[in-house]
Amino acid sequence: MILDFLEVLVNAGFWAATIRIACPLLLATLGELVCERAGVLNLGIEGIMSIGAMVGWTAVYMGADLSTGVLVAALVGAAFGLIHAGFTVYLGASQHVTGIGITLFASSIGYFAFRLLLPSSTTPPKITAFQPLDIPILSDLPFLGEAFFQHTAFTYLAFLAVPLVLWLLNRTPFGLAVKVAGENPMALEAQGIDVLSVRTLALVIGSALMALGGAYLTMSAFDAFYFGMVNGRGWIAVALVIFASWRPSKALLGALLFAGLDAYQVRAQQLAGAVVPYQFFLMLPYLLSIVAMVVAAKTTQYPKALLTPFRRGERH
Amino acid sequence: MAPLLEVINIGKSFGSLVANRNITFTVNSGEVLAILGENGAGKTTLMNIIFGHYLADEGVVKCAGRELRGGDPRAAIEAGIGMVHQHFTLAENLTVLENTLVGTQSLWKPTLSSAEARQKLVALTDQFGLYINPDAYVHQMSVGEKQRLEILKTLFNDCRLVILDEPTASLTPQEASGLFASIRKMVSSGLGVILISHKLNEIMQVSDRIIVLRSGETVGTLKTADASKRQLGEMIVGQKIMRPVRRSSRMFDPKIRLQDICTRKTNLQSSMLKNINLAVRGGEIMGVVGVAGNGQQSLAKVMTGHIKPTNGNVIIKGVIALEYTPMAFMELGVAYIPEDRTNDGVVGDMSVWENAVLTETKNTDLVSSTKIVRTLQCRSAAEGICSVNDVRFQSINQPARSLSGGNIQKLLIGRWFARSPEIIVACQPSRGLDEGAISAVHQSLLAARGSGAAVVLISEDLEEILALSDSIIVMYDGYASAPFENNDVDITSLGMRMAGEGFDAF
Repeated sequence: MILDFLEVLVNAGFWAATIRIACPLLLATLGELVCERAGVLNLGIEGIMSIGAMVGWTAVYMGADLSTGVLVAALVGAAFGLIHAGFTVYLGASQHVTGIGITLFASSIGYFAFRLLLPSSTTPPKITAFQPLDIPILSDLPFLGEAFFQHTAFTYLAFLAVPLVLWLLNRTPFGLAVKVAGENPMALEAQGIDVLSVRTLALVIGSALMALGGAYLTMSAFDAFYFGMVNGRGWIAVALVIFASWRPSKALLGALLFAGLDAYQVRAQQLAGAVVPYQFFLMLPYLLSIVAMVVAAKTTQYPKALLTPFRRGERH
Repeated sequence: MAPLLEVINIGKSFGSLVANRNITFTVNSGEVLAILGENGAGKTTLMNIIFGHYLADEGVVKCAGRELRGGDPRAAIEAGIGMVHQHFTLAENLTVLENTLVGTQSLWKPTLSSAEARQKLVALTDQFGLYINPDAYVHQMSVGEKQRLEILKTLFNDCRLVILDEPTASLTPQEASGLFASIRKMVSSGLGVILISHKLNEIMQVSDRIIVLRSGETVGTLKTADASKRQLGEMIVGQKIMRPVRRSSRMFDPKIRLQDICTRKTNLQSSMLKNINLAVRGGEIMGVVGVAGNGQQSLAKVMTGHIKPTNGNVIIKGVIALEYTPMAFMELGVAYIPEDRTNDGVVGDMSVWENAVLTETKNTDLVSSTKIVRTLQCRSAAEGICSVNDVRFQSINQPARSLSGGNIQKLLIGRWFARSPEIIVACQPSRGLDEGAISAVHQSLLAARGSGAAVVLISEDLEEILALSDSIIVMYDGYASAPFENNDVDITSLGMRMAGEGFDAF
């Protein structure tokens, strides 16, 4: 019995599922991370993922090719980032309230548009989603090939986002400015850089990444859009940013860990579903995430200016 | 040749408050211009205008003969002006080199080039004696190092004019003299320096020319060589300020006594206390001196109920304290003026009146029996406290953090003294305050002593200690010396004891 549980871990299908489940989380977590490093909490994440999932799918359904769909999702996400910036960065409104407002607005308008487009369908129509793209040579490897190198192009793109964000934050002048904006905006202002523009751009980039995370669901993981499909992944990403201590490499680790637990619980349900209620397994990834968060949060260092609006020319 | 900087008829108001009016002056290369004035005289506002943080209501700033675009720090930096802010503008999570690089390269460059920058930074540290490790993280650095980094940032931008806003406010005397040496090197290499300060000694020591500001206006300009401290002091406040003098007073029985007090190390800054025995009488000011971090903070916290000793007793008015909470000690008549007045003394985001009655949760005049705050009574009580203690504010509803340091301190003292405390523990009560506020603080402490309270004065300012204390103890490595009579000691002997002399016996 115990051997059955361990056997799951040497099954290539389990690892391939982990990679698949990790992708939307990874993109969303990286997006949230970029926003928060600039000092803005973006709780619009859940809604931005929904609208990303919806518009990416719709673009393809209306006849665009897949890469255009991805681009459309990113642009719509960026637009919502801009709205968020208008309220939180320029008007200094509460980041919590704005974020939740954007989540409600973005997901509702997404569903509304979807209903306008397909008024009477009960079974959601399908598109031809991204197909597995075998990496030459590597995909022929036993076990590793099936687990890691027979995924869709979107999957590889999601993982490529990690080094891209790392490079952005640690190797470019803009990334440096983002980190300073989140730590001590006065330091940026004192060097003659406009804090508001830096924060806005970080929100735009971050929100585009979130929308891609949503689009992954409808364009690679599944091939249809339905209501509630983001299903809390955005909130998980907010937690994963804290777990990751605001570091992209740890975000990768966190997304994989959560995805692994999720993939595992599905298989554990099949093994023991008759004995233990399946809800117990459904709960496991969340429970273990909370434990991991508690352990990780002890040593974590917040960006000091997170949640603090910056206003120019005021007496401090 | 046009002067480095010309400031012509600058005026700026915040609402009804006139911060600057008709200010005109010039700075030449190779000179240190000191701008002197009390807190709130408009020094920082003026510098923020020059550097472009604020947009002036009227007047112009010219740099090397060319008018500067107002309200844009970028324009100031490009014109060769650098500013070291009073509150450091550093990102603590980044390294020295990264902090220096911020804003020096186009944001749209795909890669950050740091090799040349590192060379330049190292060359600058050598040239101006501002030694610092380029790869150190800012959060690991001392205040002095952060200050050096701030100056390096301006030099790195090839500034011709460096503005230093209260640069020594939190430096040790050694760090301050190191800073002055660097300032001299900067001017001898042709830079101009504007130094903002309210410390007369420093200004006399390092500046070439002095401008005095009072209530936002220029009172006078003079050469440092021609100025005297007395004359400057009068120009700053507009009248003669005399610090109060301690006269002999009647001593009573001990109000607070510490018996064999030991504490555990609570954090890195505070060292543990080892077998402290002391007694402070009513009508006595006991000065506590020592190099920072030798247990003074722990001593203050034990005496005010913030930490519980691991051994020994605190005896207040003859009764052994059982409950170590600030509230319990407060009820017994203990008042605490904390070292960090803006963070530990007031709640910065709450209003002046709320802060003035913050300790009065059990005062039935101000809080009803059903625990509802009687707002009207509280406000009038707060107004009373503020007027008695000369706390100046624009509105009693303004947040306490917007008050100047001196006014925050007067508010704090007023709040405590309204309770007629019998034991007062004051930590660095005059640090960072201007002369007017210092003399008000000293006056309050002496008045408390005169009315029979026991005062414990913890300070690193030895002149203050010698001026106010009846007896003095020295702390070293968590031990406390026996008390000395004020008349038996001088600065030199205290200094030697602070370095550990006479503590071998413990």
